[in-house]
Amino acid sequence: MKVKKVLNRTILYFLVALIIVITLAPYLWLVISSFSTKIELMSRQIFLIPHNITLANYKDLMSKDFIPAAMNSIIVTSSVVVISVIIGVLAAYAFSRFRFRGKNPLLNLSLFTQMIPPIALIIPMFIIFKRLDLINHRITLVMIYLSLVLPYLIWIMKSYIDVTPKTLEEAAMIDGCSRLKSFFFVVLPMISTGLAATVIFSFIITWNEFFYAFSLTKTLDAKTLPVLIYDFNSKFGANYVMSATAGVLASLPPVLIALLFQKYIITGLAAGAVKE
Amino acid sequence: MKTKPLKKREKEPFFERHLGPILITPSTLVIFGILFIPIFYALYMSLNRISFRGADTIYKFAGLQNFINLFTTDPWFKSSFLVTLLFVMLTVATEIVIGVAASLVLNKKFHGRGFVRGLMILPWAMPTVVNAVMWKWIFNAEYGAANGLLLKLGLIKTSIAWLGTPRMAFFCVFLANVWKETPYVILLAIAALSTIPEDLYEAASIDGAGGWKAFWRITLPMIKPVLLILLITKTIWAFQTFDLVAIMTSGGPQNATNLLSYYIHFVAFKQTDFGSAAAMSYVLSMICFALSFVYIKVFMNKDENDEKKIKKHLKKKLAGAHEG
Repeated sequence: MKVKKVLNRTILYFLVALIIVITLAPYLWLVISSFSTKIELMSRQIFLIPHNITLANYKDLMSKDFIPAAMNSIIVTSSVVVISVIIGVLAAYAFSRFRFRGKNPLLNLSLFTQMIPPIALIIPMFIIFKRLDLINHRITLVMIYLSLVLPYLIWIMKSYIDVTPKTLEEAAMIDGCSRLKSFFFVVLPMISTGLAATVIFSFIITWNEFFYAFSLTKTLDAKTLPVLIYDFNSKFGANYVMSATAGVLASLPPVLIALLFQKYIITGLAAGAVKE
Repeated sequence: MKTKPLKKREKEPFFERHLGPILITPSTLVIFGILFIPIFYALYMSLNRISFRGADTIYKFAGLQNFINLFTTDPWFKSSFLVTLLFVMLTVATEIVIGVAASLVLNKKFHGRGFVRGLMILPWAMPTVVNAVMWKWIFNAEYGAANGLLLKLGLIKTSIAWLGTPRMAFFCVFLANVWKETPYVILLAIAALSTIPEDLYEAASIDGAGGWKAFWRITLPMIKPVLLILLITKTIWAFQTFDLVAIMTSGGPQNATNLLSYYIHFVAFKQTDFGSAAAMSYVLSMICFALSFVYIKVFMNKDENDEKKIKKHLKKKLAGAHEG
């Protein structure tokens, strides 16, 4: 019995170690590459830590369009997060507390929108935005990303508001609060966990989005980080060191936020399947 | 002084009465304006031959010709469709099997469990573009880590041209996709596993049903609703894979990784044949719509009834077996 137990523990820890290595190794390799000299990478002598740790790649990157692209990413992402939370939470509240015609069909349709292939949308969108002269504008990306983020934001927030007791709101309203006031001061503080989860999701989805940005931006006026990384990889021959370095920087915000706030993310994931 | 509040009160009822629709208007406009207008416009486009003359777009009604061409004259549609189908089936099946297996491991008690579970979020949170760049670099034939490691371990004698041959390239894209997407399955499966009451397993082990038997009879039925939703959503999203092949292989070599989304994008933006591209995208959409119809059905029925039924059924079965 005891031998069997020890054996089981050994197998368990072996499997756990395997999972850790598989998860971490590829990403670590990317990080190591970004801190290595080109010469050392080409000689294939690095296995754990490079002999000469260098920041030269990062310095190089700063002179190569990184900052304007990062600014575009930051502006687009923060606009989407702020706008989507404001209009999305109000809609979620309405869907949860009010009765009106067409409510359920609208809710189901919004769930369904997550399933439309982006490739089917981009073809007509390109023609429409071209006619409106909206190609290569950040505002175009903001509008599209809002439409991607809002449906599930509404679904998740609605599920949180659904389980908040109505009695507190009603008490506030009897005391003279308006409906919206009671929502802001009574309901909103109670659903702050859900709010945090949805803000994190909106951030990660928007920050990481590539397909629409790739199809609808042309210059650094609107190009976001993922598109810049694509360019490093295809234009003027693949520049692996630059893509690795830009990749590390571009992945840091979502990865760090996800690691720090994983509790919220897991509750959010469980609340509704979220497209990644 | 008395008239002012009265006016306010007169106005309030309208606003209050229509507060619901008013509150949902901005969101609804964005969602349906941005998504639904294009979807119908795409249908119109798919029924036309579209050409460009300067700044003008010229539409010529073509009926179903674009759709017919896909299956008769289009040189790559069929192969692209088959490659996509193979990719979808392989990735989804692998992700779910490995995901469930890993979630079972991570559901056991061991030191640092929270930390290891937390790590699973890393691939999920990473931008798909960075994932693609990362694997392209790892599979680089000359300087990549994959060849470096295999050579060092003596498992291969000469470097492998990972992304240079059709089969290997398909395998690399498959692997890159599995690495990024499996953790999502693990996270959801762990969440589902934690809802299974311990006493079910205790009862089962008293009856001598441990290990495999307990997995098939208790674990799998209990996490089945979550797996079903994962299966459908993963399938839909796998059909839409674009970023990976756009960066890693550009659909090649010899169209081995020419997934539909990438091919349609190519036809639209490189060959500027928007009519055919719209038709193809409609074929892809119909597949996704059919799957999402199933999804909504499943999603709506995913109330606790199912789980309760299973629990009751299992308890009865176990109790019966115990008495017998």
